[in-house]
Amino acid sequence: MSVLTNYSDLFLKAFGTTLQLFLFSAVGSLVLGTILAMLRVSPVPVLRAAGATYVTVLRNTPLTLVFFFFAFAYPLLKILELDPFKGAVVSLTVYTSAFICEVIRSGINTVPVGQAEASRALGLSFGQMLGNVVLPQALRTVVPPLASTMIALLKNTTIAAGFSVGDAGAIMYTFSEDGVNMLVGLGWVAFIFILLVLPLTAVQRGLERRWSVAR
Amino acid sequence: MRVRSLAALLLAGGLALTGCGKEGSPTDTGAAPSQAAEADVKVDGSTTFEKMKSRGKVVIGVKEDQPNLGFKDATTNKYSGFDVDIARLVAAKLGFDESKIEYKAIASAGREQALINGDVDYYVGTYTINDGRKEKIAFAGPYFVAGQDLLVRKDDASITGKDTLMGKKVCSVTGSTPIKRIKDEKLTEDANITEFQNYSQCVSKLAEGAVDAVTTDDAILKGYAAQEPDKFKVVGAPFSKEPYGIGLNKEDKPLRDKVNDILQAAMDDGTWKSIYDATLGKSGSPAEAPAIDRY
Repeated sequence: MSVLTNYSDLFLKAFGTTLQLFLFSAVGSLVLGTILAMLRVSPVPVLRAAGATYVTVLRNTPLTLVFFFFAFAYPLLKILELDPFKGAVVSLTVYTSAFICEVIRSGINTVPVGQAEASRALGLSFGQMLGNVVLPQALRTVVPPLASTMIALLKNTTIAAGFSVGDAGAIMYTFSEDGVNMLVGLGWVAFIFILLVLPLTAVQRGLERRWSVAR
Repeated sequence: MRVRSLAALLLAGGLALTGCGKEGSPTDTGAAPSQAAEADVKVDGSTTFEKMKSRGKVVIGVKEDQPNLGFKDATTNKYSGFDVDIARLVAAKLGFDESKIEYKAIASAGREQALINGDVDYYVGTYTINDGRKEKIAFAGPYFVAGQDLLVRKDDASITGKDTLMGKKVCSVTGSTPIKRIKDEKLTEDANITEFQNYSQCVSKLAEGAVDAVTTDDAILKGYAAQEPDKFKVVGAPFSKEPYGIGLNKEDKPLRDKVNDILQAAMDDGTWKSIYDATLGKSGSPAEAPAIDRY
């Protein structure tokens, strides 16, 4: 307990940063992931190929390498300067959106083809068909895997600690320098992560109950 | 389109990353004096020494990522540097030649535990002696007194010491004492502080101009400056005292006394200086041997 009280400032600041990283990149990757999923099912071959390339590349790149890219290689391109926090949000977003894309695409695959065909027969455009008929049903079926991806994202934020962002992953470095008992210190970090994941699982259960599609 | 250009960016990034590989290029260590192993060494009452004897070799904890201090050449798997040479000297005087040394690279965070567990017989690697650590382990030495200093680009005359850092971008290792000192003493604005996991990342940021100074113990910085003397220089105005000791098991006082004797002898007969000149001395800044602290 004394570790928690002695370092309360550090814990508050670090987990505050973790939550900010999580919220920004969760929103970002949900949006980008949905767009990617739409690309991957679009009737235009070029867009499909672009979506598939993105997902293949990002899913097969370790997150640490994505971070390395935005911390060390991207600045050399001199396009737009990113401070470490923004760089971390961008890294987490581009990485996680590849997974979100595949989750949503699997949801789209659960919607019977007949529904898409019927909406096209009614004269809806591709966008209307996707937005009004298919995606709403698809999203409802993918709540559990989406929640898992979000939980993974929350834990992945700790990688940012190595790239000049003082999130929960950086707590360990301070402890090792100060000679604090690591087992106790990291135990608290793990415990707080459990507390952070609990609301996510609660949201997942609530949405599952409300949105369940009868088939 | 956006997706495509991103893919192109990533490709470019991959190429840039592989280009970074030259960071740890092998360095010529010059001619550090090699030590012949002493015969019939006795350290009465030392359990660690008994263990070394029965094992037939000595296990030494070192760093592997600090050029000219503790550095492992990725192509030859050979260790070199000031700390490593000190470790070798101690091993030789304890009766173990180079072929009977097993190096174990252990990062700062795991040092105490490795000594407590007996995973290593002793540890030589920028190990600052302080009271907190003395409660868990024992120190022989100091064999070197480092001080926090700044590494800057060779052509940068605007940084001359810690008081000229305001408005400059400073980089060091996450959560380390040097970066904490910069924050606590408010030597630069918080937004200007960059923290990475190791110093080589800071040094590459310094080379590309993204940061203006890298700060930590001058010994570590001298190692980088000695590696690329045309690019970097150490400012040379240390603002702390970091005595480096050899970490030993806390219970083993006989071995600590023996190692202290070995260090004292090396300082007296000039071995210490020749080791320094062949490693950190190449950075161009001189150093004096410290006084051993037999606490």
